[in-house]
Order: sequence, then C-alpha cells, then structure tokens
Amino acid sequence: MSGSDGEKVQRTVERVARESYGRLVAYLSVHTQDLAGAEDALSEALLKALTVWPRDGVPQNPEAWLLTTARNSIIDFFRHQRIVLDSEPNLLLLTQNSAEDPLETNYPDERLKLLFVCAHPAIDPAMHTPLMLQAVLGLDAARISGAFLVSPKTMGQRLVRAKTKIRDGGIRFEVPERSALRRLDAILEAIYAAFGIGWDDMAGADQHGRGLAEEAIWLARVLLEQMPREAEVQGLLALMLHCEARRAARRDQDGRYVPLSEQDPKLWSLPLIEAAERYLAEASKYGRPGRFQLEAAIQSVHAERARGRRVEWKAIVQFYAQLIRMSPTIGRQTGYAAALAEADGTEHGLAVLDSMDRDSVSAYQPYWAVRAHLLQRLGRTAEASDAYDRAIGLAEDPAIRQFLLKKRG
Amino acid sequence: MKFALLIYESPDAFASRKGDGSDAYTGAWRAYHKALVESDVFVGGDPLEVPETGTTIKVKDGKRGVQDGPYADTKEQLGGFTIIEVPSLDAALEWAARCPAASYGAVEVRPLAPETRRRIVE
Repeated sequence: MSGSDGEKVQRTVERVARESYGRLVAYLSVHTQDLAGAEDALSEALLKALTVWPRDGVPQNPEAWLLTTARNSIIDFFRHQRIVLDSEPNLLLLTQNSAEDPLETNYPDERLKLLFVCAHPAIDPAMHTPLMLQAVLGLDAARISGAFLVSPKTMGQRLVRAKTKIRDGGIRFEVPERSALRRLDAILEAIYAAFGIGWDDMAGADQHGRGLAEEAIWLARVLLEQMPREAEVQGLLALMLHCEARRAARRDQDGRYVPLSEQDPKLWSLPLIEAAERYLAEASKYGRPGRFQLEAAIQSVHAERARGRRVEWKAIVQFYAQLIRMSPTIGRQTGYAAALAEADGTEHGLAVLDSMDRDSVSAYQPYWAVRAHLLQRLGRTAEASDAYDRAIGLAEDPAIRQFLLKKRG
Repeated sequence: MKFALLIYESPDAFASRKGDGSDAYTGAWRAYHKALVESDVFVGGDPLEVPETGTTIKVKDGKRGVQDGPYADTKEQLGGFTIIEVPSLDAALEWAARCPAASYGAVEVRPLAPETRRRIVE
C-alpha cells in the first residue's frame, strides 16, 4: 500500500466518523442504554477500520461496516461478561439485526433520544453541552475542556461520571411525551451554550466565543431534522446564523475588534442572513413565541442594515422588554438599557443600569462596557473611566480589551 | 478557597513594562487589579522585577552555590503572582482567563495549601 492510499483511507475514516458518529452512537446506545459502551465500541471499530481498510479496501458501505463491527464487539463484551441485564431483550434485537444484510443502511436515526438523554434533568446542567458534543459529534474531552475552561482531566472525569449515571441511573433513551417537552428547553440551552454568547449588539461586551459555533449550528440542524415543527428550534438556529453571518466583520484587517454599529454590512454573509430570516419566518407561523425567537428577532432588526435600512431601536427595546418579562436576567436588562439609550436617549438607558442590583453586576463585563459607553456620551468622564476600567479588567478577549483601552483614553 | 495565580511572561512582555503608565500594558493590568479588588476576591500579590535580577542559591554538602538569574531556564518566566479568594477552582479559572497575561503569556492556577501552612505555623 502506498502512503497516499493510507492517507486516503485515513480521510475516509475521518469523513465517515464525522458524518455518522452521532447516528451510530445513538443507535448502539439506545439498544444497550449504555452510552460509554457504545462510544468505546465505535472507537474500537474506527481503529480497526484503519488497519483493515488499507489491506482489504474501503468497504462499499463504510457506515454499515462500522455499525456491524461495533455491534459485534458490544455483543462479544456482553457474552464475555455473561451479564444478564434488563437490556437483554434489546441486546437480543441487536444480535438479530446483525444476522441481516450487513450492508443495511436504513437503521433508524435515534439522535433525538440521545439529545434528550444528554440534557436529562438528572444530569448536572453544566454537563449537558459537553455530553452532547462528545456523544453526538465525537469531540474529545481535551477539545471540550478548553471551551469550558476546565482542565482536560477534570472534563474527562466529569464525562465518565455523567455516562455512568446514564447507564446506572435508569435514564431512559426516549423522546418525552409532548406534555414534558419543556425538556426540549434544556437541549436548546445546551446547544446555545456551545455557541457561546451570540449577541454582539453591546459595544465592547466580551463575547466569550467558545470556538464551537460550527458544532452548535450542526447540533441545531440535527435537532431541527428531528423536530421540524418546533418554533424555538428554528428560533435558535436563526439566532446563531444571524450572529455567524457577522463573523468576518467583527475584526478589521489588523485583528482589531469592530463593534456592531461600526461593522460594514457588506462584510456580512447574505446567504446566512437569508437562511436565518427563513427560519425565523417559519417559526412565527406556529404562533408560539419564545426566548430564542425573540433574541433572533433582535439580531434580525440589526441585519436590516444589510439592506441599507436604519436600525429600528424601538423594536429592539420592545423585544428586550418581552425577554425581561419572561425572566429578568442581567444580560437582558443590560441589553435593554443599551437599546433604550439609542431609542429614547442616553439618560434613560443609564437609569436602567442604575436600577440594577449592584452585587449581581459586579463581575458582569457587558454591564460595565455599556455603562462606560453611556457615561462617556454624557460627558461624565471620570465615572466613565472608572467603568471602562471595570470592563477592561473583566474582559477575556484581548481585542475587546484593546478596544476599550482606546475608548477610555 | 485561596488560589495563587502565577503569572508567566515573555521577555517582550517584561520589556513593555517600561512605559510611562499610560501604555496598554499598564492600563490592562491596572484595570484587572481594580476588577479583582472591586469584586472582593483580591487577597494579595505583586509583580516581580525582571528575571535577570534574580539570584539563585543552593547549599549542597555544606557548600554554597550561587547562580545569576532565575532558577528555571525557560523562555517565559515568573513575572508576578496574585492571591485570590473565590468559592471554587472554576471561579479561579475564570479570573485567570481575564488576566492580561493569559492572552500573551500563561497563568498557572494553584490552590494554596492551608493544611500544610497550619502544620508549619502552629
């Protein structure tokens, strides 16, 4: 075998792994109720592919080959351990299936069940996103740990613990009844957490991008495929696509941060904006407004600049007011203040900031960035400098820090 | 819990300290210090002089060994330390990520050892 053949096989394995990982893990774990076992079996199969495929050629249907190989290793494991489990009927099903045509590809897509398991109420909410990234997309603990600012070892241990709880805690691989669909919110939250903070409508607010935007959008698309009629799923996708559309405009050629109001709309991605608008329009047909649709609507108002229109700040104020009525988080109140300052005058925005709870904003960077901006506009220079210092000191992104240092003067 | 943030800086970063106080390096550090104090997590800490000013002492078999410069011969050197008091390691890592050195050098987060301290001090 020549070196290039080896690389070709490697690339095929990587491609199949990327495209089918979640489907394969979902299918295998639904039958065994054992997520960690399914992942182990699949990674074993992927390793085996790297030695067998270069020798025997890439099978006609690589996905089916991986499924059969992983399934056999699970069955072997159970036989070897002579484990009698509740899942035995399922295991039997898995065994029976293996006698069928090994090239079958029409195995059911069980990823929705897997998403509900990852965001199950019995699992620590902080682990919902890492579990999804690993189980559905196959990301390793080291990559996930960087995005969530914990050590790789700790992230690995937390993932193992969560998976043990899934296996031993009787967490069922199922889609909850319609009445329990509040559990969908946990999935949406977890996907959004992978995206990082999406908005950039407050100048100088630290973005905390997790570098997982693509993965989050992928997860949202998987979810939408499985739940095409859920307004909030569409809303979440619309929100993320609007934010993603501005990626290229957020930094200038020298890598400096450009606030939304100074971004050149010509640098925004029109196809992404249009896709976002389509999802948002589709969502509104169901008459079930929600948090993500409102947040997407705010970004949609900003996106009007791409069509040469002015930003309708009054509309943004209304959307933030609705979000605050749902739940008055400090992020929403800060966004409301920033929008009100544009719509009704700087003093009104500042009054909202003044009314907020001092303790809860003390380490909240966007609050200080907006506050500094408004104070500076009112000519209250000394107070503005103080607020700028707080915003700079709390910023993590060096580009934001530089921007604020310059504004502070 | 108390944690030490050990700040490692490159020679470039040490060189940029020489500004008049209105430079970006000092501005970022001043703001970070202020945020730590105002958020009530700052316990103590100081910047250190440049590594070349260090002198390293070892006493072996009764003989004194003296070496110019810092103990560890690495490109990035200890440039200062900050002690913070926060509820958890997660919170300490958040503060470390905001530290200016995290984006141009490195910040090591280490828990203080209160048990060991107690055994020594009491």
